[in-house]
Amino acid sequence: MSRPISLAIHLDGDGAHPAAWRQAAHAPRALLTARRIRDIIGLAETAGFTLATLGGGHLPPGAAPNIVARIDPLQQAAFAGPLTTRIGLVPEVEATFIEPFHTANQFASLDHVSRGRAGWLVRATGDATAAKAYGWPPFEDEAALAREVGDVIEVNRRLWDSWEDDAVIRDTATWRYIDRDKLHYADFTGQTFSVKGTSYVPRPPQGQLPILSHDGLVDPALVDITIVHAPTLEAIPVAADEARDRGAALVGTDLEIVLDSRGEPATARLAWLDDHTPWARTGDPRVAGTASDLRDAIAFLAGTVDVVRLIPAVIDIDLPELRFAVLPALLRDGIIATPATGATLRESLGLGIAVNRYARA
Amino acid sequence: MAEPARQIQFGVFFQGVNFSTVWHWPESGSQTDYESFRRVAQTAERGLFSAFFLGEGLRLREHFGKIHDLDVVGRHDAMTLLAALAGVTDRIGLAATLSCTFNDPADLAYRLGSLHLLSDGRAAWNMVTTHNAWTGENFRRGGYLDAEDRYTHAESFVKAVFAIWDAWQGEIADRRDATAWADIQHPLAIQDEYYDIEVPRLLPPVPGGRPVTFQAGDSAEGREFAVRHANVIFSAHPEITDALAFAEDIRARSRAAGRPEHDLKTFPGQSFILADTLAEAQEKARYVQESQVTPETAVKYLENFWGRDLSEYDPDGPFPDADPVVQVTGSTRGSGFQLAKSQELAKTWRAIATEKNLTLREFVIHQTGQGIGRGLIGTPVSVADEIAQYVERHAVDGFNITPWLVPGGIDDIVNDLVPELQNRGIYRTAYEGETLRDIFGIPADSPSFAPVPAGIL
Repeated sequence: MSRPISLAIHLDGDGAHPAAWRQAAHAPRALLTARRIRDIIGLAETAGFTLATLGGGHLPPGAAPNIVARIDPLQQAAFAGPLTTRIGLVPEVEATFIEPFHTANQFASLDHVSRGRAGWLVRATGDATAAKAYGWPPFEDEAALAREVGDVIEVNRRLWDSWEDDAVIRDTATWRYIDRDKLHYADFTGQTFSVKGTSYVPRPPQGQLPILSHDGLVDPALVDITIVHAPTLEAIPVAADEARDRGAALVGTDLEIVLDSRGEPATARLAWLDDHTPWARTGDPRVAGTASDLRDAIAFLAGTVDVVRLIPAVIDIDLPELRFAVLPALLRDGIIATPATGATLRESLGLGIAVNRYARA
Repeated sequence: MAEPARQIQFGVFFQGVNFSTVWHWPESGSQTDYESFRRVAQTAERGLFSAFFLGEGLRLREHFGKIHDLDVVGRHDAMTLLAALAGVTDRIGLAATLSCTFNDPADLAYRLGSLHLLSDGRAAWNMVTTHNAWTGENFRRGGYLDAEDRYTHAESFVKAVFAIWDAWQGEIADRRDATAWADIQHPLAIQDEYYDIEVPRLLPPVPGGRPVTFQAGDSAEGREFAVRHANVIFSAHPEITDALAFAEDIRARSRAAGRPEHDLKTFPGQSFILADTLAEAQEKARYVQESQVTPETAVKYLENFWGRDLSEYDPDGPFPDADPVVQVTGSTRGSGFQLAKSQELAKTWRAIATEKNLTLREFVIHQTGQGIGRGLIGTPVSVADEIAQYVERHAVDGFNITPWLVPGGIDDIVNDLVPELQNRGIYRTAYEGETLRDIFGIPADSPSFAPVPAGIL
C-alpha cells in the first residue's frame, strides 16, 4: 500500500468563502484575537491534520463588505507554536520586497519555538500595489518574479544552514562559546539583492524547513512540496506525475470544500453565501457535498499525491465536520496519517534528514 | 501632571549576546531554547515586572574579520519569539528592539501591530538606529545611511510606522448579523524625504493605543528623539548620581519640548548580585566578574580597541605596553565598541592600570565593571535600601535588569528582593489597570500617544 496522504488545512480569516464571516460562530470583532487563533489551530490539531497553512500576503485578504484585515500569519504560527504539539505550522509569507534576511531568521525562530514543526508556503506578489508599499519597482514579468523567488528561497536555505548543528561548544579549555569553523557566511549575490550572512539564529531544529509552493511559481526542484492545480479530481494524478517529472519531491493538491452540516445540504449553504458574495472559482476542484463525498475524493487521490490541502468555505462549520465526520474514517482506513506528538514536520511528511550543505563530510 | 507614585519598576533584558552572560557554569542554560525564554518571562511576570525585553543584532560580531567566538552568540527574531511568549503570559510587556534603518515601515508596523493584537496590547518597541554598512551587507538596501543621518531617517521611519498604526478607519462590526465586516479601508500614502510609499491597511488598532515605545541611544540627538517619540528610555546610567543627572537632563529636555516632565520614564540597565551577607555578595560579585571576563576575553577585549593582535601578552601579566594601531574602533563588535578613540583610551587605561597595579585581566574586569558588570550588590535588604534611595530621589522609574545567568538569573530577585521592596511600599503588589501603558504609568493623554497629525508626513 502506498504511503498515507498527509492532510492539510488552509486557515485564513473565517474561511475561503468571501462571505464566510456571515456564518462564523463569533462576531467580526473576535476574529483578530489570540483566542480565535488558539481555538482554530487547536481544533485542526485535534482533528489530526498534518499541517495548517495560514493565509497571508502583502495585500488585504478581501474587499468590503467582507474581511479586510488579518494578523501576520508568521506571528500567528509563532503564537501557536508552544501551544500545540503535533500539527505543522505553515504561514504563507511573501518572497517579494520583504528583506530575505529577516524572513530567514523569522522562520528559523518559528522552527525553534514550535520544536521543528514550521514550514513556509511561498507567496509572490510582485505587482505595483504591493511594490508601492515598500517603495520598490514592481516585477516586470513572470520570469523576473520567478527568478526573485528562486533567489529568496536559495538565500533562506543558505542562512538556515549557516550554523552547523553542533556550533555551540562551550569549551572551557579554550574559553570558546562557539566553534566558528562551524558557522558559515551565506555570501549570496542574486539579481536584485545580496546577503552576507550568517543567520543570527542557530540552525533550526529541522535544519531545513519544508517549503511549499504552488506549481508554476518556481522550479519544483527548489521546494519540498509542489502544489499542483487541476480543474477536476480526475485530472490531478496526471498533473502530479508531470510535476514529479519536473523535479518535484512531494506533490500536493488543493480541494475547496463545503460540507453538509446540521441538516443543511452543502449546496444550500453555498447558495446562501453566494447570495451575499459569490465565491469565484480558482480552478481547483470543489467538493460541495457530504462527508462521505469528501472521503471518497480523498481516497481517490491516495497513492497519487502526497499532500491534500483542504480549503474550507467556512471554518467554524466545515472544520468541525472534518474533525467529526471526515478524518476519523480516513485515519481508521489508513488513507491519511496523523503526526506523532513531538514529530517534526519533516518527519510527518516523510522528508529525510536535511544534510547541512556546509558541513564537512 | 501630578508626579507619579514613588515606586520602582523592573524589566528584564534577555541579552542574548555579550560576555555579561556567564555561559560556562553548570547552571548556565540554553540561550536559544524556548524553555529558557518561557522560564525567564514567566518568572518576571510572577515578580510583576513591567516588561520582558529582547535586543537586536543583525550581524554576528566579528573580531579581526572572523566571527567572535568567546561570548554567548545566537538569538531569536524578537517578534517571533515574543509572539511565542504571548500565549504563556498575561500581563507583562513584550518588548522588541527593532532597527529603524534595516526594516520597512510597512513590514514592521504590520508585524509589531500583529504582536500587539495577539498579546492584547502588550507589545513594545525599542526604536534603535543602525547605520553601518557592515550590517547593511545583510540587506537589500545595503549600507545606505550615513551616521549623521540616522536620526533624521529614524524620525521619518517612526512617524511612518505610527501613521500606519493610526490609519485604520472606523470599527470592526461587533454583531454577527452586521451588514459589513468593517468600514472601507483605503491605502495610506506616505511621502517625505525618505519614503514614497502607499501602505494597505491590514490591521485595526488595539484598544488602548499604540505599542509602548523605548529609546536607548545616549547621544544628545538620541535623547531629543526620545523626548519626541518614546515612552521609556532604556538608559545607560544606572549609578545613582549619574542617574539623577540623566533624569534631570531628560526632564529639562521634556519641559523645553512642551512635554510633561514625568511623562517619559527612565529605565537604566542594571544588574544585581544578591547573597545572604554583604561579604558573600562581594565574593559572589568577584566570582561573577571573573567568570564574565575569562583570560581570553580580557585579551580580545583590548585587541578590539587596539586593532592589533595582543596574544603575546599574558592576561595575568602587566597591562600591554604596545600602542593601538587604529585611531577609531570599528563597528564589527557591536554598538558598545563603536567609534572609541583608541589612542587616547590606551593612554588613560594604562595610567589606571599602573596606578591601581592591575594585571591586564584585572584591568578589564575593573573597566567593564564600571558599566554592566557591577550593579547593585548586597543582601536583599541592603539592595532594597539602596533602591529606596533611587525612589526617594526619583533618580529612575525602573531598572531593566540584565541577568548574568540564564535562565535562573532573576529567580533571587523575584523571590527575595521584590518582597523586600513591597514591604517598603515601593514596588507594586499587583499589575495596574488594563494596558501596558497603565503598567508603565503613562497617562492615556500622554503626547507620545497622540495620533500623528494629518499632513505631518
